[in-house]
Amino acid sequence: MSSEEASQGNLVRHMGGELYRWPMTLKIGSAILVAIVLAGLFAPVLTPYGPFTQDLSNTLLAPSPAHPFGTDNFGRDVLTRVLYGIRINLPFGFFTTYVPLVYGIILGALASYWGGWCDSLLMRVLDVTIAFPFLILIIVIVATLGPGIQNIYLAIFLTAWTMYARLARAEMLVERNKDYILAARNLGYGPGRIVFRHAIPNVVNSSIVFSMSDFVLNILLLSGLSFLGLGVAPPTPEWGAMIAEGRDFMLEAWWISTLPGLALVGTGTALCLIGDGLAQRLGERRYALI
Amino acid sequence: MNLLNYIAGRILQMFPVVIGVSLISFLAIHLVPGDPVQLMMHGRATPETLQAAHAKLGLDQPLPIQYWNFISKAAMGNLGISIIQNAAVSKIVGERLLPTIILLVASAVFAVIIALPLSVIAAKWADRPIDHIIRLGGVLGFAMPPFWLGIILMLFFGIFLDWLPISGYGRSFGDRLQHLILPALTIALFLAPILIQSLRAAILDVMMADYIEVARAKGLGPWRILVKHALRNALMPVTTILAVNIGWLLGGAVVVEYLFSFPGLGSLLIRAVGQRDYPVIQGLSLVFAILVLIVNLLSDLSYILIDKRVLQS
Amino acid sequence: MGLRNDLASAAMPLSSAGTYHSGRTTAEVPILEIENLTVEFRQRGRTVRAVNEVSLSVFKGETLGIVGESGSGKSVLCRTILRLLPSPPAFIQSGEIHFAGRNLLSLTEGEIQSVRGAEIAMIFQNPMNALNPIWPIGDQITEGERVLGRLRSSDARQRATELLRRVGIPSPELRVDEYPHQWSGGMVQRAVIAMAIAREPKLILADEPTTALDVTIQDQILALLMELQEATSTTLILVSHDMAVVAETCDRVAVMYAGRIVELARTADVFSQPCHPYSLGLLQSIPRIDAEAQSLISISGQPPDLAGFSPGCSFAPRCKFVAPECRNSKITLREVKPGHFSACLKAENMVEGGRL
Repeated sequence: MSSEEASQGNLVRHMGGELYRWPMTLKIGSAILVAIVLAGLFAPVLTPYGPFTQDLSNTLLAPSPAHPFGTDNFGRDVLTRVLYGIRINLPFGFFTTYVPLVYGIILGALASYWGGWCDSLLMRVLDVTIAFPFLILIIVIVATLGPGIQNIYLAIFLTAWTMYARLARAEMLVERNKDYILAARNLGYGPGRIVFRHAIPNVVNSSIVFSMSDFVLNILLLSGLSFLGLGVAPPTPEWGAMIAEGRDFMLEAWWISTLPGLALVGTGTALCLIGDGLAQRLGERRYALI
Repeated sequence: MNLLNYIAGRILQMFPVVIGVSLISFLAIHLVPGDPVQLMMHGRATPETLQAAHAKLGLDQPLPIQYWNFISKAAMGNLGISIIQNAAVSKIVGERLLPTIILLVASAVFAVIIALPLSVIAAKWADRPIDHIIRLGGVLGFAMPPFWLGIILMLFFGIFLDWLPISGYGRSFGDRLQHLILPALTIALFLAPILIQSLRAAILDVMMADYIEVARAKGLGPWRILVKHALRNALMPVTTILAVNIGWLLGGAVVVEYLFSFPGLGSLLIRAVGQRDYPVIQGLSLVFAILVLIVNLLSDLSYILIDKRVLQS
Repeated sequence: MGLRNDLASAAMPLSSAGTYHSGRTTAEVPILEIENLTVEFRQRGRTVRAVNEVSLSVFKGETLGIVGESGSGKSVLCRTILRLLPSPPAFIQSGEIHFAGRNLLSLTEGEIQSVRGAEIAMIFQNPMNALNPIWPIGDQITEGERVLGRLRSSDARQRATELLRRVGIPSPELRVDEYPHQWSGGMVQRAVIAMAIAREPKLILADEPTTALDVTIQDQILALLMELQEATSTTLILVSHDMAVVAETCDRVAVMYAGRIVELARTADVFSQPCHPYSLGLLQSIPRIDAEAQSLISISGQPPDLAGFSPGCSFAPRCKFVAPECRNSKITLREVKPGHFSACLKAENMVEGGRL
């Protein structure tokens, strides 16, 4: 393997090759996630009802073959709303995780590579944002800007990058002293090329593993905020909002609050399993590269 | 370097962070589009009331002066006045500070009680079935939203079994303990998976250390090695883990307090947001952030008491 | 080139061998007898044989050196004596180890625990990792006696101070409560030695005790070990990859390669008349300060693959003197001269100094 290839540590290339050797958790988690994504994509096909269709003569029905998850207080089919909820929660989790990941890693890696005042400045900023509990911060921003999913997106884009910057920075601190970086510098490569083509592929591992947990946490965040009334506007079929709506009917119709929660748990579990598998996989890979 | 110097150094280090945090609290509120007072009063204020309120809140001054007022007063303990409740923010916050702290402590204790034995078992029998079961349980616990879990617990213990109260805080000491259980348990179940994972890894790391082999070569039995050597070393990160995750603890507390109608800072925040009570929101965010900083400082200090190496650097 | 030239250039001046033991005789009573020991590691479908049919007797009061490169099995051998290897992945395939009238390999876990530290003690390679960083040094030294012996907690501090003084730590009464990170590597190793001798074991296993230390400190630690041994007539097994360490301190030397003992003899004999090509190679590869500058001589070839079980001599691929029968005959350790054992089929030729 040439030093160029070694230094790139290309995650995709190494992982793609041997599907059957993926860890079990990765396989199971991916399978579940794929199933969920497909269920969300094909929701209109999978259910005869619409997510907003009310049927006031059939409210608060217990689960039955006609309504596997029962109906809520507006007569809406809960299963349908759960399925359509996939279209809300999953993309939200995806974008709020991976967009800040990109510029977070870049900022953290660059600042760490440059060192000096750049790095110190980043550290101060990170310290401050770490001190602020994330949920509180989001709540405050939402309080300022008003409820609604766009504002939550904005709040997260403003703040979530810090965790990735922190992880990338920590890895870069180790990486920048490694021999292949010094070799690249001696060869006259500019810092941009060194950072982006050589160093960054090797500092993304912990961020990628963390992104899975972050994905879950972001979905929980949206659900939590919607639960508190600060998230999506009704009648959007978001799982957290549904749980909140079902609270008043806990005694007569437990299914309204309980079943969307299961959807959350299922999605979260799938993502965590993927994260666990990735961590195993990437852990092995790191040693192999060295 | 001795202990006092270290503490002094850390407190000094905290200053820029506190400034930064106060800036954020301040800016967040003052970047509200529109007139905050109007919003607070839901547009029903007369021009005179508006002017009076502006003067009272100091909103007629230029921004930097407002910021200076804010932090100088805050340093004295004055966090402003809540227009909605017509009372000092610090008083409102003060009443609710203790319940939240007690809730957090109870949650942390429950979380450790749950996580410790499970992580020891998972580490001792690593990669065997019981380990996988525990880790799977951890994954499930992590994926469960605390508000949903709270509802389930409420339904189960509060309503079906009717063992525990599901809202409020209670009056007497014993009664309060009862009221604490469900909320604290909810938060603990959310926190425990993170603890289990970290502790398990820490214990496994320690078990690989040379001094463990040396202890075995001395003829010590496996239990003594586990408890006196491995665990003590592995537990050091616990306080750090708890402190690092304090953000999530607080976040969880906010939701759980709201769910269980627990009279703490969290439910206060939600109410203030709903009412657009900006002085309270501002004061609360500052308080929360300082709470986090203090917790982190305390955890670092506890680390030192156990591991003297930290003082060297 | 010729064997005679090789022998001449490899011959070590006799005076440096057994420096510490010039006047001493050891009783020829075996205190430890290893019979046909084989230890395998099984992991992920691969089986690696780390120790291969090793038989060895260790005499009371002697210092026995075990020399070999990484992977030769010397550390595994030591750890097997005290049964420190976790199983899985280590498996004792066959063999017996006799000590004080018992087979150590057949003892229960509780019984072997009572042997560890009390009758057989071990010193490890890396002193900085050998002690628990959050315990005071004195506590760790006396832990064995306090928990398993008869030392009372009130006497512990004094005992620790006494032991530290014995191993040459200055002002021990002031230092006994300090932590490992406050001491240098050499001092910590002295503390580890103190810990090992605390319960007055009959046999001490020292696995590369000086490898991680500065050269100047190495000498001090070795001198300490020798002095302690002489004072208490303890038997010492000293494992090292460094021929110089072994040359200065050991009565007898066992050379290990690929899990087998390939040569076993008195130190002086091994150094002046090696009877195995591997030992010869090791000696030749030591650069000589007093000789004219030449290019470095090394043993050609690759370290052995311990997973393959090919018959014959494991050193054959790298041996200058290899013959066809070397690759498929059964290899045993045999006495080629009185008290001098070799696993080489051609050992007699080496002894006579003739050409092969």
